[in-house]
Amino acid sequence: MKLHIANGRLVDPAHKVDAQRDVFIEDDKIVALGQTPAGFTADRTIDAAGLVVCPGLVDLSARLREPGFEYRATLESEMQAAMAGGITSLACPPDTDPVLDEPGLVEMLCYRARNLNCAHVYPVGALTFGLKGERITEMAELVEAGCVAFGQANEAVLNTQVLMRAMQYAATFGFRVWMQPMDPYLSRGNAHDGEVAARLGLTGIPVEAETIALHRQLTLARSTGVKLHITRLSSAAGLELIRRARAEGLDVTCDVAAHHLHLCDVDIGFFNPLHHVVPPLRSQRDREALREGLARGDIDAVCSDHTPVDDDEKQAPFAEAAAGATGLELLLPLALKWGGEMKLPLLDTLARVTSDAARIMGITKAGHLGVGARADVCVFDPETYRRVSRDTLKSQGKNTPFLGIELPGVVRHTLVEGRVMYEGR
Amino acid sequence: MQIPDAETLLTELVAQIRPHVSAATAIVGIHTGGVWLAERLHAALGIAPPLGSMDVSFYRDDYGSKGLHPSPRKSDIRFDVDGAHVIVVDDVLYTGRTTRAALNELFDYGRPARVDLAVLVDRGGRELPVAARYCAHTLAAPLSAHDRLQLQKAEDGALSLRLIHA
Amino acid sequence: MLNPQLNKNGELIHLLTLEGLPKDILLRILDIAAPFTEVAEREVKKLPLLRGKSVFNLFFENSTRTRTTFEIAAKRLSADVINLNVSTSSTAKGETLLDTVDNLVAMQADMFVVRHASSGAPYLIAQHLRNTGREDIHVVNAGDGRHAHPTQGLLDMYTIRHFKKDFTKLRVAVVGDVLHSRVARSEIAALTTLGVPEVRVIAPKTLLPTDVERMGVRVFHDMREGLRDVDVVMMLRLQNERMQGALLPSSQEYFKVWGLTPEKLALAKPDAIVMHPGPMNRGVEIDSAVADGSNAVILPQVTFGIAVRMAVMSMLAGA
Repeated sequence: MKLHIANGRLVDPAHKVDAQRDVFIEDDKIVALGQTPAGFTADRTIDAAGLVVCPGLVDLSARLREPGFEYRATLESEMQAAMAGGITSLACPPDTDPVLDEPGLVEMLCYRARNLNCAHVYPVGALTFGLKGERITEMAELVEAGCVAFGQANEAVLNTQVLMRAMQYAATFGFRVWMQPMDPYLSRGNAHDGEVAARLGLTGIPVEAETIALHRQLTLARSTGVKLHITRLSSAAGLELIRRARAEGLDVTCDVAAHHLHLCDVDIGFFNPLHHVVPPLRSQRDREALREGLARGDIDAVCSDHTPVDDDEKQAPFAEAAAGATGLELLLPLALKWGGEMKLPLLDTLARVTSDAARIMGITKAGHLGVGARADVCVFDPETYRRVSRDTLKSQGKNTPFLGIELPGVVRHTLVEGRVMYEGR
Repeated sequence: MQIPDAETLLTELVAQIRPHVSAATAIVGIHTGGVWLAERLHAALGIAPPLGSMDVSFYRDDYGSKGLHPSPRKSDIRFDVDGAHVIVVDDVLYTGRTTRAALNELFDYGRPARVDLAVLVDRGGRELPVAARYCAHTLAAPLSAHDRLQLQKAEDGALSLRLIHA
Repeated sequence: MLNPQLNKNGELIHLLTLEGLPKDILLRILDIAAPFTEVAEREVKKLPLLRGKSVFNLFFENSTRTRTTFEIAAKRLSADVINLNVSTSSTAKGETLLDTVDNLVAMQADMFVVRHASSGAPYLIAQHLRNTGREDIHVVNAGDGRHAHPTQGLLDMYTIRHFKKDFTKLRVAVVGDVLHSRVARSEIAALTTLGVPEVRVIAPKTLLPTDVERMGVRVFHDMREGLRDVDVVMMLRLQNERMQGALLPSSQEYFKVWGLTPEKLALAKPDAIVMHPGPMNRGVEIDSAVADGSNAVILPQVTFGIAVRMAVMSMLAGA
């Protein structure tokens, strides 16, 4: 099938392209950019006048809830959400039920995802069996089954020796380890430990929960030489630790969840359970540091941290409400809002959700649109604002703190391997 | 309409009540105008039991529609109501609902042997079967619902009646 | 954000917290409570204000004491009172908080008095009532987690006003486990709103919330320094569980350093009043000599508590 995307503004951060350039696709590859290639007759032409044409977004964390949590969401519903969000590649964390610690489970998940022909799913395998922090998993087999990295989701590895050995084993193969910095004992609260939690009588999670865990993880990364990626940074102090480690030459990357760029603890308001997320929304100063850190590149990428939750689980008092926010469809709008407010060129904004994210996952096929690249494309309208509402969300989880808010960026077309998988109004 | 002089009416009221005063007679005024009146009556008639006062806000029948009165006051009854001869005093008798509320409140203190109502002016417009045994003046024609007849107390204690057209 | 406690006319429709409650409404409640104190001295201790109304005491956390005072207050207003002790086992059976509320609304509830172990639970209920179009049903927070205990705060303010008259001339000290105390948070909110010029908290660091100064208080760790020249001492209960979780080594040491003894009380003004929300742990946070002494106003607090709750319920039901 031959596809011609005409009159669009091509923004491809990997190749530093931001120009009016047509895109020509044949079957699953991009065959030309700019001029129509000789002998090319399009079966379909998409008029992208006034729209941005960019690589399909790469999301570093989206919980698809399969296997095990189908009452919250299914692959079918969440893939629809990914398509509506312009996301064509995503990584899913290992905290499914059962945990993604067996090659067979990973194979089945990848198989199911491939059959849906939507976004490419890159599972993050469990670092230890059952995420229990005791026995390391069969990392070589898991990579062969499709894993791109290993992690513990939000579970701790209490035994430091186990953590060290797990990192050493991963480093043997050059495998990536993704860690969430959360000291298990200090993280027993549900809101940032500060003035707001004090007033509201919520159990606080101090910043030390992040910095102490980070010290531990960074120190072990230094001595084991493992490729470490820190997930969902939430504090200025945490970011500072990573910056210093990088300045000293440590190969470490980090990401931030999109909601942390926009919200802080004050937004909890009158105990709104939609703002109960892990890690918690911290202070305004932390938010500012994260916004600037992502702009400077101290934080490499932004992800959705998509965590769909059943309505009933959110309709409970704050501390008892299930934590997490749905976000596949909001990654692009939230990134655009941030980028616009920071006055960044669109190229830089989109890099954080395409090429930079792909680099962290270690995949070369996604996140760029050069000639010969896999035709995973997102075509969106950067000017139109749309209000976030339950009716328009395709994810089964409607639990977003941005309900009722107007955000920029409406996806018009999402292509996966040259096939148009989504067309929006 | 000619507003009668309150001090003159007060003298008339005292004269009406005096023949019926005994050692068991007690006086209870209804806030606010009734209390001012009751103070004067209590002194003029030489009443033995201490002067009582009642704020009937909590017994009004319009709580459901109007909510709580903005500033209710404490009621203060220090004599034993059981077996007493109580004269309930109010400045103006109108629909009779205030009297009904006052009776309900009084009976929560005990069972009086007898209750009489004393008012300065009866303005007509009764909505309940209430009558004043002692009344200094009855208006020739009832006032309209938009009019309010109120007792006022000057700094030197002199009482006067005022008509307010809404 | 609209204040969920007020309707669009600025009238109080729920009592959820004292924080953010306009000063004039706070004062109004105190003013209205005064005539209610007199009712207790009558032969028939009843007023007809809530006749025909159903008040449901929805207690998810056990408390005979608080529940009893609310019950007395509601009955003195001639309301029908239904007590529901929702034990943890029924929530384990899967009924959500809001399902429970919906069931009670179907039974013609007019008012919910709610006590819950999670901060924010009464807000969820009030919001749900608004969402289901039942703004005629009122919620009174009888204590939610660590967040607020507004009626306790109000009766404490009433007590202070009764004995000390003018809030703007006072030094008040709140002593004890502020971190875990919803009573402390409500007291601090009310004291600052009413213009008390100096509100002090006296506690070890482990029992103070982060950034507590931002609540408008002066922090003291030394009891003697903190009590110097205060007019009002508000003691907080120390729960036994605090010895676990490494917050305190023992109740003996706590009493030695932060327990209110006659010797420490002597540093306050001679006519200082000592308050306690109850129940008291004698020998832990307060010495018996003080609890039974002439400065203590703990029993009047209880009496005032009934009048204050009557005032709150009457104001809400009449809105």
